[in-house]
Amino acid sequence: MATLVVPQNVSVVEDAENLRKAFEGWGTNEKVIISVLAHRNAAQRKQIRLAYWDLYQEDLVKRLESEIKGDFERAVYRWILDPEDRDAVLANVALKKSSDYHVIVEIACVRSSEELLAVRRAYHARYKHSLEEDVAVHTTGDIRKLLLGLVTAFRYEGAEVNSRLAKSEADILHDAIKDKKINHDEVIRILTTRSKTQLMATFNSFKDSQGTSITKVLLGETADNEYKRLLRIAIRCINEPIKYYEKVLRNAFKKFGNDEDAITRVIVTRAEKDLQLIKELYYSRNSVPLDQAVAKETSGDYKDFLLALLGKQD
Amino acid sequence: MAHLQELEALTKALSGLGIDEQSLISILGKSDPARRTTFRQRSTHFFIEDERSFERWDDHRINLLRLEFVRFENALVLWAMHPWERDARLVHEALTLVPQSYRVILEIACTRSSEELLGARRAYHSLYDHSIEEDVAIHVTGSERKLLVALVSAYRYEGPKVSEDAAKSEAKLIAKAIKNGDKKNPIDDDEVIRILTTRSKPHLKAIYKHYKEVSGKNINEDIEAADFILKETVECLCNPHAYFSKVVDEAIRNDADHNTKKALTRVIVTRADVDLKGIKEEYNSLYGVPLTPKIDDNVNGNYKDLLLALMTRD
Repeated sequence: MATLVVPQNVSVVEDAENLRKAFEGWGTNEKVIISVLAHRNAAQRKQIRLAYWDLYQEDLVKRLESEIKGDFERAVYRWILDPEDRDAVLANVALKKSSDYHVIVEIACVRSSEELLAVRRAYHARYKHSLEEDVAVHTTGDIRKLLLGLVTAFRYEGAEVNSRLAKSEADILHDAIKDKKINHDEVIRILTTRSKTQLMATFNSFKDSQGTSITKVLLGETADNEYKRLLRIAIRCINEPIKYYEKVLRNAFKKFGNDEDAITRVIVTRAEKDLQLIKELYYSRNSVPLDQAVAKETSGDYKDFLLALLGKQD
Repeated sequence: MAHLQELEALTKALSGLGIDEQSLISILGKSDPARRTTFRQRSTHFFIEDERSFERWDDHRINLLRLEFVRFENALVLWAMHPWERDARLVHEALTLVPQSYRVILEIACTRSSEELLGARRAYHSLYDHSIEEDVAIHVTGSERKLLVALVSAYRYEGPKVSEDAAKSEAKLIAKAIKNGDKKNPIDDDEVIRILTTRSKPHLKAIYKHYKEVSGKNINEDIEAADFILKETVECLCNPHAYFSKVVDEAIRNDADHNTKKALTRVIVTRADVDLKGIKEEYNSLYGVPLTPKIDDNVNGNYKDLLLALMTRD
């Protein structure tokens, strides 16, 4: 359930021309940028970039980067890229700048197998390295094992589930947690190679036999470290991505000064996917609509852009 | 004596790889009962003297013969297959038959291009309702598991860009791990696995080149003593023509076992559209004799004709 609102008739040539006009003259007309780009889907955005190039022999993305700044620019830049290119950029930033490895876990676990493949291809084209190569160079030990397994997975996407296997692998996971060996090769094998439907059955089986969810048990059982945090995020992204994203947003607003990176990332990457569901869950958990939280905690063009992606129509 | 020549011809028709169907038809097919008795009495490796006074087929030889008769059929079926299905089936067979053949998995993971390996992974989903990495992880145990899972999951960058500095320092890392081989198996070393399973092939070839400067010897001389799997991995990645030449040569030898013989079909069929020409040249330079006449001498019948047809297209 996407939140993106796209008008019935779209002319990408007109859009390119309007954007050009918005750049011309003194300053930039950000309202136009928002009213055009925040209401176009990925295919249309790509066509607009091509049309802009055809008309003006200029890269629209580069022009935007020079015309606008700050959180607004970062959000628009991520939005205008093709989804797989965007994820490649997010992964690269996470590896080389912010060390926010949970971003990589999100991409690897929430995307479909084909989408993840497209991200890996886009990464080749942009960075002249494979994603796994860079993940391996920038991480070590258990985190490396987990991240490598996650980003190189090409999971089977069928609906078939083997219940006996789910039970036996749930037992393996439970034993590993009990023995405080959550970095065990078997844990990694199960989480990074099994299909998503098989894993969800495994997590259900865990809950049936243990009475609580595996993420709750993980929380309590072992020492807190980055590896455990990433492991829990992987499980949550595979099992209940909507709940996961709602929590990311909730935490992002709570943080002192807000976590704009997280807010941008969730809204931009999910606006065409399931942001509507995330909105509904946010409202039911916080008694405040997500739009209201965004309006309160952000400002200016950045705020207007996010609200537009959330479905606000002018 | 014509009889002796015929006997020799029959023996030859039934030894080596494949069966010389035409000779069997023209000699045995046209033989009278007396000739056939002589054939049975003189062919003590095929027939044994039964206590009730008749020459009995050795059951073991019948089974071996069946394998030879079916070699042509298997080669043809494999040849007609889509390369993706071919590779998927070969990996599945290597995993599930006994004894397991890790060499085949290494070969496919390391000698195929990134897109070819991806295609094999897709076909694997369709054929077996599992991902390739899932099945490799479940069936392979021991230190090889980490290496093989990572190798089949790789989606290597395929551009020419190489960082010589990184290649040099990684050559040193690998040399150190190999020299330490008696204390710790190099394929248990995280860094060795990282390098071999994530770096691009041009990068690995640069490492191969720098290795000699760093260690004094060629990498395959140094690994000689150590792990067979490591040796084959490096060879498949850096010098596939030499690898394939060796595999083919082993397959043609008289003492080759069943699995080793199967490799002849596998190599010729899977490389016929790719780099057979390069393999033939490498074979000639390694063994001093051209491959095509060697096949002509050691292989029989329709199976031979098919292989030669594949090898002499241009």
